This record gives sequence, structure tokens and C-alpha cells, in this order.
Amino acid sequence: MPAADLVANVVVSGILTGLVYGLMALGLSVIFGVVRVVNFAHGEMMTIAMYAATVLFAAFKLDPFLAMLPIAAAFFVFGYALQAGLINPFITRPEHSQFMLLVAVAIILVNGLLMIFGPDARNVNVDYQLESFELGPLLIDKARLFAAMAAVVAAAGLFAFFKYSLTGKAIRACADNYLGAKVVGLNVKHLYALTFGLGAVCVAIAGCAMVLLVDVTPPLGPAYTLLAFVIVIVGGLGSMGGALLGGVLIGVSEALAGLFIAPSAKSMFSFGLLILVLLLRPQGLLGRRS
Amino acid sequence: MSRASISLAILGAVLVALPFIVGNYALSVATLILYFAYTGQAWNVMMGFAGQLSLGHALYVGVGAYAAGALFFHYGIGPWAGLWLAILLCVALGLVIGFLAFRFAISGVYFALLTIAFAEFTRIGFDHLDWTGGPGGMFLRVAQRDTWDLANFRGPPLMYYYAMLFLAAGALALCFFLLRSKAGYYWQAIRENEEAAQALGINSFRWKMLAVAISSAMTAVSGVFFAFYYNNLFPEQIFHISRSIEIILGPVIGGVGTLFGPVLGAAVLTLLSDGITEALGALGWEIPGIKQVFYGVVLLAVVMFLPHGIWPTLARKLRL
Repeated sequence: MPAADLVANVVVSGILTGLVYGLMALGLSVIFGVVRVVNFAHGEMMTIAMYAATVLFAAFKLDPFLAMLPIAAAFFVFGYALQAGLINPFITRPEHSQFMLLVAVAIILVNGLLMIFGPDARNVNVDYQLESFELGPLLIDKARLFAAMAAVVAAAGLFAFFKYSLTGKAIRACADNYLGAKVVGLNVKHLYALTFGLGAVCVAIAGCAMVLLVDVTPPLGPAYTLLAFVIVIVGGLGSMGGALLGGVLIGVSEALAGLFIAPSAKSMFSFGLLILVLLLRPQGLLGRRS
Repeated sequence: MSRASISLAILGAVLVALPFIVGNYALSVATLILYFAYTGQAWNVMMGFAGQLSLGHALYVGVGAYAAGALFFHYGIGPWAGLWLAILLCVALGLVIGFLAFRFAISGVYFALLTIAFAEFTRIGFDHLDWTGGPGGMFLRVAQRDTWDLANFRGPPLMYYYAMLFLAAGALALCFFLLRSKAGYYWQAIRENEEAAQALGINSFRWKMLAVAISSAMTAVSGVFFAFYYNNLFPEQIFHISRSIEIILGPVIGGVGTLFGPVLGAAVLTLLSDGITEALGALGWEIPGIKQVFYGVVLLAVVMFLPHGIWPTLARKLRL
């Protein structure tokens, strides 16, 4: 039985990493909740953001937190274009067509990354990655704490956007009632594209934060896609708080599973949790029954 | 006889005569095409007939393969007996997943994610299962490859080709008769409008479970073939989500729910894949990942411009 302070450290580390996962899942929740399209390329987009951060770091010594701005802007445009150009015509198509469309995009993205960057791992090296704060028996990594803070700030920003801005309300209207929104005169296609762009921004910020914590390789893409779905379903579709909560839960459970069982078994726990949630409480922890 | 029957007869004759026309390499490509045609057809039963999108079908291939493989590896039991264990396990698994999904009203994307979760869970589980070799894999002894040993399913590529041809033709025939049977019409009704079907008195739960059972049983056979053809099994490969996606590529490109779609899709994909590999090799562009990018682009093009797959359009053009 590991010592109490080791468990505490692992839990804290899990919470912080989980907040970054939560931001990534938030992007997916927003996309899935509004546009109702299964973004099978979500993890791949995150991996692209991570690679972009490494490139900017290698070229300009740009700290990933600063790189968030240009990368997020680029991702917004990319997300908007993807939805407007490729996905919008597919909204009325059967579900398996939508899946295959995004699966195809995911395959192209993942293997494009493999072509450009090769299979070796890449990362960034900033000074504060090796430093940590001491809080009693807890040793909190600086990089992990900053990453989690960035995730929380971004999530708060998104939450404020949806709650207080007019466009945010319009997007929520589209999610609640597609036909009603059209009747009222909202440009639903444009709002969908906007939503995808915002989801992409979440992924961009999460990616820049994540690259401080893990090394990036192309196979991370599909792994993160699945993780994002697990979190969104566990936390609850349509609930932004749920995405963050789900992220934290998965982060902590992965960390604890890694400590108590075996590091390679940690995903098994997440999938087991997904199966349980799908069966017992399909709307997720904080979701609304639709 | 209709144009369709004549074309089918000609195709059948060509396939039976193929080993005498082409060499061993082309024969192995043909075997692979038939393998994907058969497995795609099995998946098609769940998707096209019961309307449930399964993105974790590699689960059944893997369980089937490991069941028969483990029996052979540990006890020397031949594939014909192992086949029954494989089918039993896969049907049980399929029924569990089906029950969980249909009883709890999980459908659409949630069902797809459930199947993915089961496949991934099993993949990681087998990684930690030492009895089946764990992550290092299981290797089946290959005695000899010259004579036909049907009892142990060992022989030259010719034997595997005819075995797969027999399976693929059998699957086609089975689906043909299923579609025209009472089950087929019930499935169509359920697929088009489940509530209306239920209102007519069709027990949609029972018929959906039947489709799931047939689909998983067929895929189990696929797994047994895989085990004894390739003779090595790794959890990371056989249960991986890319295997599941490979299985559905054929039917989606060829035409979901159609009889000939999976066959055509499998042929197009395998030939394309081989052709691209050759072309890239000749051009000297052997960068890892470039083949899959082409794959993805082809898939994207088909999904965008031929949403019902190639077969319906082709069949109309050829007036079959």
C-alpha cells in the first residue's frame, strides 16, 4: 500500500492533468452538443496543436503559453472552414456517413503528421518544467499547475461567452431546437461553423498546455479522441461543467489506476467507466436527459 | 437467366479458376480481398440489417482468433473444434453487448462508442492476459505447408484461397436467403422505422438480437481463419480500432446494406492499397504514413460523392 503522501501527490497530479483533459473534452462537448456530429478527428486536432507548439518552440523559443494565441487563432479559422466546407452538407446524412467522413479526416490528419514529423516523440523544454511548488507534503509541478490554470481560464471564458453573449445564446438556441432557431431567423450554418471553430480553439489551448506534460507522437491522436469521448459521456453531454468534472475524474482515475494496478492498464479503467455510465446513467453525471 | 445471375456465374467461374491463372502473390492478395469481403459481409448483417453501427467488430475477430488459437497452442486441439468455442464465445459476447444496448435503449453514436469501449477494454485486457501470451503475442506452430491438412487447417496458399472463397460465397448466399426470408423483411421494417414495426407487432428486440448473433458468429469464423492463416496473434494488432475501421471500410465504400457492396468494396480497397504501395515504391516516395493518407483521401471522396457506396451506382450503370 503506497504511502499517503504519494497517493495525495498522484491525486493532485491527476486533478491538474484532468483539467487539461477537461478543456479538450469541453471542445468536443460543445461541438457534439450543438452540431451533433461525432468529431472523430478531435484527438488528432489536439495532436496537431501539440506539434504546432513544438514547432514554434523549436523555431522561435516561444513558450507554449504564448504560442496559444497564434495557434488558437489558426485553429479557429481551420475549425470554421472544416465545418462550413466539409461537414455542413453532412448534417442531414445518416450517422454512419458522418462517422466515416470524420474518420477519413482523422486518418488523413494522423498520417499527415506521421509523414511530416516521423514517429519519434517530440516535446518542448522550458525551465519551469523541472520546478515545483511545495505545499506541505504535496509537490506540485509548476508546469502542470500553469497548464491547469490555463485550462480553467479558457473554460471560464467559454462559459461566459455562452452565458452572456448574444452569439453564445444563439448557438445554445441552435442546440436546443434546430428548427426553432431557423424559424427565428438564425443563420444556423454560420453558427455551426462558429461552434466548431470554438471547439477547435479549446483543443488548441489544451494542446499547447498538454505539450508541457507529455511528449507528442502521432498515435496520441486516436487515443485522445477516445479519451475525449469517454470524458464527455461520463461528464454529461451538453454540460460544460460536466466536461471539466469528467476530465478531472478520468485524470484522477487514470493516475490512481497507474499507481495501484499498472500504468498500461489505466485506459482499461476509463473504458470500463464508459461502459458503466452508458448503461446506468447515459446522460452522464451532469447532463440533462434529452 | 437475368443479367445478374449470368454475371455472378461468370465471376464465380473466374474466381474458382483464378489459382491456375495467377501466381502465388496475386493469390494471397485475392485471399485478403475475400477475407475482407467475408468479414465486411458479417459486419453488414449488424449494420445493414439491424441498423446498428458497430465500430468494435475487431472484438469478435480477436476473440475468435484467440479462442481457437489458444486451444491449438495449449492443447493441440484442431481448428474445427476450436471453431465452435470461438463461435460460442463471440455469440455470447455479441448477445451481451446487444442486450445491454437494446435494453438500455442505446443506439446511434452511443452504441458505436459502446462497441469501441468493449473492443478497447478487451484489447488492454488481453495485453495483461499471460495465458494467451500477453503483449508479446501468441505464435501457432506451422508444421508444413506443402500438403493439404484440412484437419489442422495447414496447407499451401491454394488451400487458404479456396477456403476463403468458400466462406465468402457462403456468406453471400446466406445473406441472400436471409434478406428474402421473414427475418429479412422484419429487419428492413425495423431499420426503416422501428416504432412502426413494433406497432405492427414485431418484437424488434428479438430480431435485432438475432442479427447481432449472426453477425458475431460469422465474424468469429473470420477470426479462426485469421489465427490459422497468419499464425501469430497480438492484442495490439488484432483488437485495435484500426482493424475495426478496416472491416467497415469495405461495406461503406461498396454500399452498406447491399448484398454485393462489401465484396466490391473489399476488392476496390485491397487493389487500391496494393496499387498505391507499388506506385509509391516505384516513385521512391516511401515515407511512413503516405499510403494511409491516400486511403483517407479515397475514403473521403467516396463518402462525399458516392454516399450510398459504389455498388448501387455501378449496378445501375451495368444494368444488373
